[in-house]
Amino acid sequence: MTATANNVRGRRFRFNWVDGFLWFIRIAAVIAIVVGVTGSIQNFMAGEGPTLVAWRDLIISSISTGFLYGLIALGYSMVYGILGFINFAHGEVFMSGTMIGFVAATIMFENGFWSAYPWAALSIVLLTAMATSISIAVLAERIAYRRLRGAPRLIPLITSIGVSFFLQYAFAGLFGVAPASFPEAPGNLGRTVNILGLPLRGVQVVVIGVAIATMISLWYYVTRTKAGRAIRAVAEDKEIAGLMGINVDRTIVTTFAVGGAMAGVAALMWALLYRSVAFYIGFLPGIKAFTAAVLGGIGNLPGAMLGGVTLGLFEGVGPLLVLGGLGIPAVSQLRDAVAFAALILVLVFRPTGLLGERLGSENRA
Amino acid sequence: MSHRRYSRRLGWIGGVAMAFVGMIGMIEKFNERLLIAPFLTLGYSVLFGIPLLVGWLAARGEPNPLEDPIRDPRRGAVTGLVTGFIAGLIACVPVILADSLTLTRFLLNMRPQLVDAMTFDLGVPVGIIALVATSAVVGALGGFLFGLPETVRRGISTAAMWVFSITLFEAVVNDVFDFMGRGLNVVYTPFDALQPWAALIIGGLVYWLSTKNRGRVKEFTEKVKEADPRSRLRLSLIGLGALMVIVLPMLLGLIINELLVNVTLFILMGLGLNIVVGLAGLLDLGYVAFFAVGAYGTAVLTSPLSNAFTPTLNWWVALAVVMVLATMAGLLVGTPVIRMRGDYLAIVTLGFGEIVRILLLSDWLTPYFGGAQGIRRIPGVSVPLLGDVGGTRPQVFIYIMMAFVALAVWISHRAQNSRIGRSWAAMREDEDVAEAIGIGTVKAKLLAFITGAIIAAFAGALFSAKVGTVFTNSFDVLVSIIILVVVIVGGMGSIRGVIVGAIVLIGVLGGPKLPGLLVEFTEYKLLIYGAILIFMMLKRPEGLVPSVRRSRELHQDESQQDDWLGKAGRFGEEPQPATVEA
Repeated sequence: MTATANNVRGRRFRFNWVDGFLWFIRIAAVIAIVVGVTGSIQNFMAGEGPTLVAWRDLIISSISTGFLYGLIALGYSMVYGILGFINFAHGEVFMSGTMIGFVAATIMFENGFWSAYPWAALSIVLLTAMATSISIAVLAERIAYRRLRGAPRLIPLITSIGVSFFLQYAFAGLFGVAPASFPEAPGNLGRTVNILGLPLRGVQVVVIGVAIATMISLWYYVTRTKAGRAIRAVAEDKEIAGLMGINVDRTIVTTFAVGGAMAGVAALMWALLYRSVAFYIGFLPGIKAFTAAVLGGIGNLPGAMLGGVTLGLFEGVGPLLVLGGLGIPAVSQLRDAVAFAALILVLVFRPTGLLGERLGSENRA
Repeated sequence: MSHRRYSRRLGWIGGVAMAFVGMIGMIEKFNERLLIAPFLTLGYSVLFGIPLLVGWLAARGEPNPLEDPIRDPRRGAVTGLVTGFIAGLIACVPVILADSLTLTRFLLNMRPQLVDAMTFDLGVPVGIIALVATSAVVGALGGFLFGLPETVRRGISTAAMWVFSITLFEAVVNDVFDFMGRGLNVVYTPFDALQPWAALIIGGLVYWLSTKNRGRVKEFTEKVKEADPRSRLRLSLIGLGALMVIVLPMLLGLIINELLVNVTLFILMGLGLNIVVGLAGLLDLGYVAFFAVGAYGTAVLTSPLSNAFTPTLNWWVALAVVMVLATMAGLLVGTPVIRMRGDYLAIVTLGFGEIVRILLLSDWLTPYFGGAQGIRRIPGVSVPLLGDVGGTRPQVFIYIMMAFVALAVWISHRAQNSRIGRSWAAMREDEDVAEAIGIGTVKAKLLAFITGAIIAAFAGALFSAKVGTVFTNSFDVLVSIIILVVVIVGGMGSIRGVIVGAIVLIGVLGGPKLPGLLVEFTEYKLLIYGAILIFMMLKRPEGLVPSVRRSRELHQDESQQDDWLGKAGRFGEEPQPATVEA
């Protein structure tokens, strides 16, 4: 997470046909996108397909989903920056926040506090979700990941897959497998407001506002406080940071806690936007948020947010714009496939991301 | 950490674990299965297995390579008692909460049944005392067992293992006895639990045999290990094993054979993934995609109901085509990921696997692959004289599976010990060095992907022939992860390990969709899979049956540490002069 030069990976293979194949994929992707987009534009001109209003609403909802991904992505990005492994269980950290947040919200909804004091109720849910996510993230670090520092690279990754499964099915065992519905947003939040001529749902305004506010405070925390400086130092080089008097263990715990807090914020946003809470909801957003983190440049915090919004637009608008233009039926089914395809294309063609990755000396492969 | 603090902490951990198994409803669910009449149920075995374990661990104390633990039954029992007591106290918390508050609105299992199960139906004040007391006594027993001399300890644990296996795997035992004529199954009560006298007799017998013959089994295995691979002893043992494998399915009934077919299916996939993950060190989380290629390929080519390809081919012809398709799929997935670092590779393969599933399910490709309807009426494997063999005849199908497993074992074994296998090992340990000494890593990686893909396609072709229908939900990410767990638990890079892993996990706990021998575990198996994965990575990353090379790679630091300790001598002893290794 320091401002070092990008990880420049030298060309190590000179087999032309691998390059040829990659170029083939690149060209095919570009052709597909161009043909798809022109097809969509033609459809639009001919008066078929979605209207301008529908497009606008799609873009707005994609952006708010994108901010959600961005917030989760921060957790991946920070942990990857500092420990160099993909914390596969981060999606479950987010899920745990929605679950416990749901419990708090339902209790308040049922005794009337929810509609009487909407802002206080939302803050309580936010704090509950954040507290849960932070504790789960920190516990996972303490129990599973701490002992694996210095293990071969794939071992912590495999462990985090185990943690992910364990958490999913622990929550399924505790709270049941059926999805529950989060109470409807209280007070004014359900209404539509006009901002800069755009009709936004109150919930979307809150989501985007909270995401930006969180991002700014995180930026302040990481760049302007002592703890933030410690995090950056440990990310750069654990050993040297330790020699400089930084408590490496505690800094790593802080990193997990900050990532968990961001996931807790995302949990509330998810609950307000989608209102469906279940034990399995963490998996897909988790993978997509990882994609967002890579897309923006892993280890790079503004990059995570940018990557989140970009990915949200990709998967929200992409299916309709590109695949719809190619004449593929029922494109909404392919939403996740588009997100995964974006993941693959980014990792194959620009693994350092849009803004460049920032990794410590040990984690550059 | 002081010994007392360590045991208190273990008590806490044990108590939280007990509370957790109660709160997820495991105890209630498992109490439906009686293991040893009249009162030992599976639920209580799990619940009180925890204080037994923490009592044992507390008596051992914190693992310390410099000091041997003190083995003293009385001291151990006291430590265990305290630990079990603490665990029991914490385990009371959910009971009291469930009894006094209404929590079922969110925590589904915090209901009166949980209180009844955990208080032995005695109600709150009395039952709680009973729970704590039992937990403390069991903890003390654990500590006491730890303190016993080795011969007794081994004898008791062997006896307990046998008794529990015989009652847990009652289905298999009965199945075998069914063939030999009933009569031996008097050891079970009508509800499939072990009779108390039978438990005592079996336990006593095993204890007597194991203490009397202690060391002989070890001697024998040593002798076999040292024997020449072509000696008469080795060959006769191999012959005996092969004979067992061939005869066993004939003795067993339909259900057990069905289960064996599933296990062999996962052995096959595990062997394929083992080449990719274990030998070449490429973490593939989308392995199920190749399985889907095999299954859907066979389905489209052989089923009369597939619209994309109307002629119905013979299964073997389809298999040949599917192998070509799998090779192409392997290249397609392998080429883009060649230059990727390990963890990105894992996520990209996961993405590939999901894309395949989503595409198969989509309306877009429904005309070709049937979408959510899947493809039905896939004929079985056509065998001369026997006609089409499908899953309805597991007693025959198992032999086809075994033939393919044998083929996969042969491929893995030959590949492992050949030039390409050595390239894989070098690449797995350090890619840059491998490159520098002239190994073509592109070729090696692609070959690993293709070999793995072909073996998975075999499994897919067999799966579609066995089930007769293919649906997309058989090709979830979950399947990839479970195959990975099989490989990891067994031991990455070890052929025997994969076989053991599949038998233990798929056979006992169950696969992604199908129950295993312990039907009760079905609901919790994914939780257990997750826990096993974490535990194995922390404690035994090389797996149950490790490959020697892989475990050396994983324990490099420790062996260096041991060398250092060897030179420095044990703590408190005179430093030994460094010995020169021969």
